[in-house]
Amino acid sequence: MKLFAIIIVFMTGAALIYSTLDMPDWGDPNSPASLHVSPRYIQKTIEEAATPNAVTSVLADYRGYDTLGETTVIFTAAVVCILLLRRFENDKTV
Amino acid sequence: MIRLYDDLIIQVVCRIMIPLIQFFALYVIAHGHYSPGGGFQGGCILAASFILMVIAYDLDWMKKRFSEIKNTFMVALGIFIYALIGLICILLGAEYLNYGILHKILPADPIKVRALGTLGIEIGVGITVMAVMVSIFLNLTTYGRHEKGEV
Repeated sequence: MKLFAIIIVFMTGAALIYSTLDMPDWGDPNSPASLHVSPRYIQKTIEEAATPNAVTSVLADYRGYDTLGETTVIFTAAVVCILLLRRFENDKTV
Repeated sequence: MIRLYDDLIIQVVCRIMIPLIQFFALYVIAHGHYSPGGGFQGGCILAASFILMVIAYDLDWMKKRFSEIKNTFMVALGIFIYALIGLICILLGAEYLNYGILHKILPADPIKVRALGTLGIEIGVGITVMAVMVSIFLNLTTYGRHEKGEV
């Protein structure tokens, strides 16, 4: 049974490695991910958002709703940290 | 507060460094349009200056300048600023977080005002990230007991 599991693991790994051979190279300008919306962001960031830094304009302007979610995640982390850890001096429950 | 010793060199160097670190953090937040940076990075640098205060001096020294009530208030204030800017866009008649419509209340044309809206939400993100980092640091290092200050 152990041998069977090892064979399954190696076959899955081989399939995954084989599938990476089809992926485009790093930074390939003709890869599908670079052809869809990236050229528009790079070319029109100044005339549409008046922001020379394309990363900031994508993060805060084109995808502003996403950044609001990220900030909410960080806010939730602080709230949970306070709720779980904070103990006050007159707290009798501990 | 358990305080092993006061190291004069560390305290004097930190007195000089902390304002510079805070100034650089504000620069990173405000200059995010033109150089690498923004709310998340600048907020982390600003939080690092407060953490340096706790390390060089002690917890009470830092809480005298930036109390826990203010800190917890700023955790919510930053994300409130962010959501409020989006809500103002709705009230002026555009989509949520569509900053172009802000030219009705700000003195700039509809393209330039998008940079101002971006700056506004970067400030909100920076406030929240700074307060969250300080809050998590204080609660983790003292096991939630700030009053005894068991750092």
